[in-house]
Amino acid sequence: MLVTEKNNMTEEIEELVRRYGRERSSLLPILQSIQRKHKHIPDFAQQEVARLLDIHPVEVFSVISFYSFLNTKPKGRFIVRLCQTISCDLQGKAAVSKAIERELGITFGETTKDNKFTLEYANCVGMCDQGPAMIINERVYFKLTPEKAVQILNELK
Amino acid sequence: MESKGDLRAPVSQTPLVVEKPKDTSAIGGMVSIEINEKKVSVPLGTTILEACRQNGITIPTLCHHDDLCVAGVCRVCVVEVEGMRTLQASCAFPITNPLKIKTSSPMVRKARRNIIDLLLSEHYGECYSCFRNGKCELQSLAKEYGVDNYTFGHVTEPKYDVDKSSYSVVRDMSKCVLCKRCVRTCIDLQEVGVLEAIDRGDKTHIGTFLEKPLADVICINCGQCINRCPTGALRANDPSDEIWAAIDDPTKHVVIQTAPSPRAAIGEEFGLGAGHSMTRELNTALKRIGFDKVFDTNFTADLTIIEEGTELIIRLYKALVQKENVALPQFTSCSPGWVKFIEHYYPEYLDNMSSAKSPQQMFGALIKTFYAQKAGVEPKDIVSVAVMPCSAKKFECNRPEMYDSGYKDVDYGLTTRELARMIKEAGINLPEMPKSDFDSPFGEASGAGLIFGATGGVMEAAIRSVVEFVLGKKVEDIFEKANIIPLRGFDGIKYMEIPIGDKVGPVPDLIKHLVPNWDWLKGAVLKIAVAHGTANAKKIMDDIKAGGKFSECHFIEFMACPGGCLGGGGQPIPTTPEIRKKRAEAIYAEDESLELRKSHDNPNVVRIYEEFLTEGPCSHLSHELLHTHYTKRGRYIA
Repeated sequence: MLVTEKNNMTEEIEELVRRYGRERSSLLPILQSIQRKHKHIPDFAQQEVARLLDIHPVEVFSVISFYSFLNTKPKGRFIVRLCQTISCDLQGKAAVSKAIERELGITFGETTKDNKFTLEYANCVGMCDQGPAMIINERVYFKLTPEKAVQILNELK
Repeated sequence: MESKGDLRAPVSQTPLVVEKPKDTSAIGGMVSIEINEKKVSVPLGTTILEACRQNGITIPTLCHHDDLCVAGVCRVCVVEVEGMRTLQASCAFPITNPLKIKTSSPMVRKARRNIIDLLLSEHYGECYSCFRNGKCELQSLAKEYGVDNYTFGHVTEPKYDVDKSSYSVVRDMSKCVLCKRCVRTCIDLQEVGVLEAIDRGDKTHIGTFLEKPLADVICINCGQCINRCPTGALRANDPSDEIWAAIDDPTKHVVIQTAPSPRAAIGEEFGLGAGHSMTRELNTALKRIGFDKVFDTNFTADLTIIEEGTELIIRLYKALVQKENVALPQFTSCSPGWVKFIEHYYPEYLDNMSSAKSPQQMFGALIKTFYAQKAGVEPKDIVSVAVMPCSAKKFECNRPEMYDSGYKDVDYGLTTRELARMIKEAGINLPEMPKSDFDSPFGEASGAGLIFGATGGVMEAAIRSVVEFVLGKKVEDIFEKANIIPLRGFDGIKYMEIPIGDKVGPVPDLIKHLVPNWDWLKGAVLKIAVAHGTANAKKIMDDIKAGGKFSECHFIEFMACPGGCLGGGGQPIPTTPEIRKKRAEAIYAEDESLELRKSHDNPNVVRIYEEFLTEGPCSHLSHELLHTHYTKRGRYIA
């Protein structure tokens, strides 16, 4: 990371700390804001958050590693999370997952070469009555069919 | 809550201690409960576990530790509470109303057996070759609670690679049972913060920041996590094979120095209770193992007092008389864990560190120069071993700046546990050994060097000398039997003021060339402080940063481990406040039994300044051999 990038990051986190406070409970909203903006939480940012909240970097890392929606390495611009829980599975998840894999040319857990899509499984997203469901970034798509899923991805491309 | 300190360490992060109320009949005072149909009464808020212990009922524990906060994660301590649907973890259940508790019902026994069985199903148990064989808490639980087969399977292949990157601490996460004692030790007790639980669910494991190897994170090598690990997941980096090889090599001259704390604790490894000093028995045992010479680290502890004390006097003289800008208070530098802590967390205060090396490294430098000369041995043929209560000493002797004799000053740092294993391997029962003395030319050392092992000891030793240097009268006239009681005990932070008064003595010959007289100290008040455990050190450092009371101190002793060296990360396992207290008593008792109790009275110290370091303390040669410098490491990891 360049020094200027580091300084910008520090400023940004200081602003977040001002907004959310310095309590231990402020950690999650701060991390979510960084995640939203940068699509990941860089190593340096983790250490700065730790310094400003007076906790240890490893505690920040521990929290990040606990939550699926926080990550330390950059992922694709669109993160596709297909629900893998039993209701969606019974409603045809397998066919949808195959269609998505074929369309993007990657398997689950991978990122496309142009860094546009990352494909992951998610556990229950709460759309059990309208499965199969997937989340792309922060939007939920439901009642998927293989065709519909491919169409959604193509609209994003 | 206005101060940030409260947020960082809320009440839940310290061990739960419930005091007995003064008025036991008052409401909210005592609670009457029934344990196994026996009626007892306990103070309100006592945990079920504590109540049972007070009444002689044993409940198995694994994640619970007397030094650490309640976690309640292992569930081994479950008991049945009448009226509750499920079993309760007794360590995390405060008693607030009358209860009926059963600690050994069929349900409890079955649950415990299953829980231990489940722990074993995740634990890579290669017991025969494990260093904790026979001292493993999981092993003894399995034995005591009737686990006779692996109902839920057993791990036969290691799941993780062993992290051997650190000179001090080896991590084998395949043996980890996720009790999180190490996490609580590192974050709450020591406030270093290296270890935490990483990932979630069945993938949970204890890891470091960004999963880096231990050598690359801000680990201070104190080894407190080793002392608290119930299994063999954490251990010290053991050099005993290399030491055996050196002993077996006839061309090598193997010398060993023993520190006071291992001597006060090694008996525990041979079935003695805590608090048996084995100093002279150990000398014989080491000779029988095959070490050529056995030296007493206390000798260089005495030398440390002279060097560090002189350095303090020079600093004070510069600040008060020559009005120069010097860094005060001066910090002690004997604890390698503390040295690495300040290098990481407060690098801007490194100028305050005494440049004097720790006793171990001073001895290393002297053995390969002064002793080599005297004994007529080539320094390259000397293998220098140090028995320390400490895992950080292993890191210290591998520091690149510790080659002042032209060779690696100390070749191997050996912990108390590892030495005990070597002695056992040689077929020696230590307590039965005849007593013998240390070898010349270093021989005798003073009680002042001996008490380095307990928190406050370095300061007490320094004060014994400084008082006699400056006031020109016997320290016994001021402190009864030369015991400086305010500096003893296990309070986290100790503070003391010593008024110098109007009468000062003549400057002793040893430092006459540095200060002309003591008139400039007349009427001054010497302010000193002692901290043990890096959490307490952090409190003092933050106070100094904020310009508080401790910034006006002149000299502060810091020890990285709770209790000082006697509670070090290389000491026999387990460690509890009581064990540490007994070890301290053993050390102080040995000090009182000695004739020689002041560093500057040690004839061997006097002689080394006459024969070898002829220009006196803090001179050119002493700086070359006995002093060091520090590295600004900072807290960021790239």
